[in-house]
Amino acid sequence: MKSLAELQAIRDKTRAAVTLRENAEAGTRVLVGMATCGIAAGARPVLNAFVEEVAKRGLQDVMVTQTGCIGICQYEPVVEVITPGHEKVTYVKMTPEKALRVVNDHLVNGNVVSEYTIGANAIGAK
Amino acid sequence: MFRSNVLVCGGTGCTSSNSEQIIEKLKEEIKAQGLEKEVNVIRTGCFGLCALGPIMVVYPEGAFYSRVTPEDVPEIVSEHLLKGRIVKRLLYQETVVDDSTTKSLNETTFYAKQMRIALRNCGVINPENIDEYIAQDGYAALGKALTEMTPQEVIDLVLASGLRGRGGAGFPTGRKWQFAAANKAEQKYACCNADEGDPGAFMDRSVLEGDPHSVLEAMAIAGYAIGANQGYIYIRAEYPIAVKRLQIAIEQAREYGLLGKNIFDSGFDFDIDIRLGAGAFVCGEETALMTSIEGKRGEPRVRPPFPAVKGLFGVPTVLNNVETYANIPQIILKGADWFRSIGTEKSPGTKVFALGGKITNTGLVEVPMGTTLREVVEEIGGGVPGGHHFKAAQTGGPSGGCIPAKLIDTPIDYDNLIAIGSMMGSGGLIVMDETTCMVDIAKFFLEFTVDESCGKCTPCRVGTKRLLEILNKITSGNGTLEDIDKMEELCYYIKENSLCGLGQTAPNPVLSTLKYYRDEYEAHVVEHRCPAGACKALTNYSIEADKCKGCTLCARNCPVGAISGSVKQPHVIDTTKCIKCGVCMEKCKFGAVVRK
Repeated sequence: MKSLAELQAIRDKTRAAVTLRENAEAGTRVLVGMATCGIAAGARPVLNAFVEEVAKRGLQDVMVTQTGCIGICQYEPVVEVITPGHEKVTYVKMTPEKALRVVNDHLVNGNVVSEYTIGANAIGAK
Repeated sequence: MFRSNVLVCGGTGCTSSNSEQIIEKLKEEIKAQGLEKEVNVIRTGCFGLCALGPIMVVYPEGAFYSRVTPEDVPEIVSEHLLKGRIVKRLLYQETVVDDSTTKSLNETTFYAKQMRIALRNCGVINPENIDEYIAQDGYAALGKALTEMTPQEVIDLVLASGLRGRGGAGFPTGRKWQFAAANKAEQKYACCNADEGDPGAFMDRSVLEGDPHSVLEAMAIAGYAIGANQGYIYIRAEYPIAVKRLQIAIEQAREYGLLGKNIFDSGFDFDIDIRLGAGAFVCGEETALMTSIEGKRGEPRVRPPFPAVKGLFGVPTVLNNVETYANIPQIILKGADWFRSIGTEKSPGTKVFALGGKITNTGLVEVPMGTTLREVVEEIGGGVPGGHHFKAAQTGGPSGGCIPAKLIDTPIDYDNLIAIGSMMGSGGLIVMDETTCMVDIAKFFLEFTVDESCGKCTPCRVGTKRLLEILNKITSGNGTLEDIDKMEELCYYIKENSLCGLGQTAPNPVLSTLKYYRDEYEAHVVEHRCPAGACKALTNYSIEADKCKGCTLCARNCPVGAISGSVKQPHVIDTTKCIKCGVCMEKCKFGAVVRK
């Protein structure tokens, strides 16, 4: 170890893995439906996309976790974003690509991606 | 990138209740479910709540599972890790608020009043992975000291923080460093005392098992401050997990160049080696410890000269306790004012205690100095189980004394404990209830010191033996009031004349129990009675004829056939056969068996 910068580089590289263990009281929670229906519809790549993107962007107060079936199996994979003080946002029929956009638009910039929400995709909408 | 971290306690407590098997089973199940790229299993150090082990915590949810068995693992993996449904029945019950909500661990009574500085990484990081320590700002303090501070500035900072030695005596750490730095010599040493010998104490072991790098980093800082380039950790061989993790940590630090030559390109060299002790209590005494490192028989010598002048191999040496070192990196990073803002004026910072004895939450706690004994025992410790009452707490192990129930509101710090006849000690805290006989407790600790006395000086070698003989006489009912007075005089004699700390403090358990429980001693010699019913020679069991229903349960359970009587007739105990095991009293459903 020759310099503080070298130490800092190791710190930054491992930091994201360790902060995961401190986020139990995070501000925003991203819940990915991982019941049988969710897994069958492809929720796991979605979950992993969220985890990786949140870590990559170093979002400290966001916790990504799984949840069970919330009863709208035809819309799986379902992702709920809960921010204290805001209304819960439910995204449906998610894909890893859509997940990246949710992280960028919603979690980073605070703009709900309306076109992915259940309101826009409900049967009979439009 | 793992989406979930499963932390399993790999401390000695949880390891002995099968956490290794749980880790294996976890990895197996995770692989079977195809989650090995998503879920990371980490073996950590101690979480502190040893009574509920084996412990497993799953992040990011922060679900705290207690008393997990290998059979529970498939359910945790398929329900929680795969489908996100927390397995409620295995959660630490205090974290469950209602069916759908759980509260964070930091809000439970066990953790709420704790403040973790020395234990900050225990149960959080993988102690066998240096990267995780670095991610928690590890080695940043060493970097700061080497690149931004002079050795004197480091010493001044430690002095200003008011940090006192956590091994028990409470000598200011900064002054120790100052003395060693002031003595000019070509070779100096910075050593670590990890010879934790008090019965029931495991603070240092837990730090070394859960966060070994913090001690290595602090030793390097101490080396820089006093001008030493070699350190030794003296640890007992009975701590195999701690030794193994230390070895791994030293290797990793060397690989990264955080130990070795020219650290941070500052021109400072420092390396650390481990020396294993054979488990002699006296080797926790600093001069005996250094004699043992030198390869000689572990015996103390006269001080002065103090180690800061003439220590290991005759050169200036700094010797600090594990927990003291664990505080150093945080002090360097956060400053003296931060450290002083915690604890009391004369005892800043926190102290780790190993709670044991008659207490619900056996385990490891770290509280700010000045926390009262009541908070530690009743709130964090969960009180005395089984409907019994708190009688006293023993701090400082065989060198300390007891704190009686009437002083339970004493704020714990170095000076308060000494004022009431005990001492901080390394941090063992043994809780006793009304079934504990204080004479018996004094005898227990004396038996320990008699065994552990190295025999070099007469007051300790012969004095403690004579003390124990008098205590045996008292607990067997043959003591006299003169014996008590003689014993007290002998105590002061041993204290004043012994060569090292072992002998000087050995009479403390007797003196402090005499101070607060002289009536119990007197009951033993005058009335030939043990008030707590613990001394067998003075206890007799009998059956009250009017309460006995003649159910024969006691007679059937008596291991020596001392109880006779026919069905539906009152039974009788033959005291000549009775071995006073108390089984009859336990079994009787009518409260007919009495102990006097």
